[in-house]
Amino acid sequence: MNPNYAAVSRPRLSALEANKVLKNTYMLLSATLAFSAVMAMVSMYTNMPPMAYLISVIAAMVLGMFVLPKTANSSAGVGVIFLITGLLGFGLGSILTVYMAMANGPQIIATALGGTGIIFLGLSGYALTTKKDFSFLGGFLFAGMMVVVLAIIASLFIQIPALTLTISAAIIMLMSGLILFDTSRIINGGETNYIMATFSIFLSLFNIFVSLLNILGIMSND
Amino acid sequence: MELFLKITLAVVLIMLLWRMWPATKHWMENGPKGSNKDWMTFALIIAAITGFVVLMVMSVRN
Repeated sequence: MNPNYAAVSRPRLSALEANKVLKNTYMLLSATLAFSAVMAMVSMYTNMPPMAYLISVIAAMVLGMFVLPKTANSSAGVGVIFLITGLLGFGLGSILTVYMAMANGPQIIATALGGTGIIFLGLSGYALTTKKDFSFLGGFLFAGMMVVVLAIIASLFIQIPALTLTISAAIIMLMSGLILFDTSRIINGGETNYIMATFSIFLSLFNIFVSLLNILGIMSND
Repeated sequence: MELFLKITLAVVLIMLLWRMWPATKHWMENGPKGSNKDWMTFALIIAAITGFVVLMVMSVRN
């Protein structure tokens, strides 16, 4: 969840500039996704314990909150975003190792991966083709994310499968809304920084994938 | 060690809430309001995603 959305309005961009931001965002997103996948494979190959996930997420969140906003307007921001996405990928690898040990683990991982891809392509395709302004979702999405973060804090100490399921379902809904919101902000000129745009969309994809893994893992027969 | 990591993550999440609050307040107070049609479109999209997730769950259960 990206806390770095500008709380002040910015001047709108021309269509040409907005297209440039969009193109740069998708190029950087592709590169960070590929790098993250490589880091996940490294983590799986080295058999990292599940604890690595918590450590990676903590480090990535600290970098995302305090370092990325200060470097996003310089070339250093590209390095920082690769560091964050690499860390998240590395942490994810340790979770994937646990799923791979399940009887239908590979099927769950493949389904979650395919599902994340279809959700992302469907939502961004819809926002890009209709050019609809989804900025009206802002208040709802931010309020929803704050509630979910509070629920995540509770779930760290109270282990209830129903709560985990509810949080995962809520995250998928909110992150889907965020993909629409982010894509529409880019094409309507509300987001001018492709590094921050990439960070936000990457986090949405990462959260959808992890939540799908949770839901499919809990609901599968294994 | 795991409890220490959970407490650290909880602290980081509280910091995240603190960082998110100004943007949340801004969007809730000054963000554009959607029409009924806008919200209906969003509700249909969410319903489609829910259906898709249910299909995925069914596929791993079979």
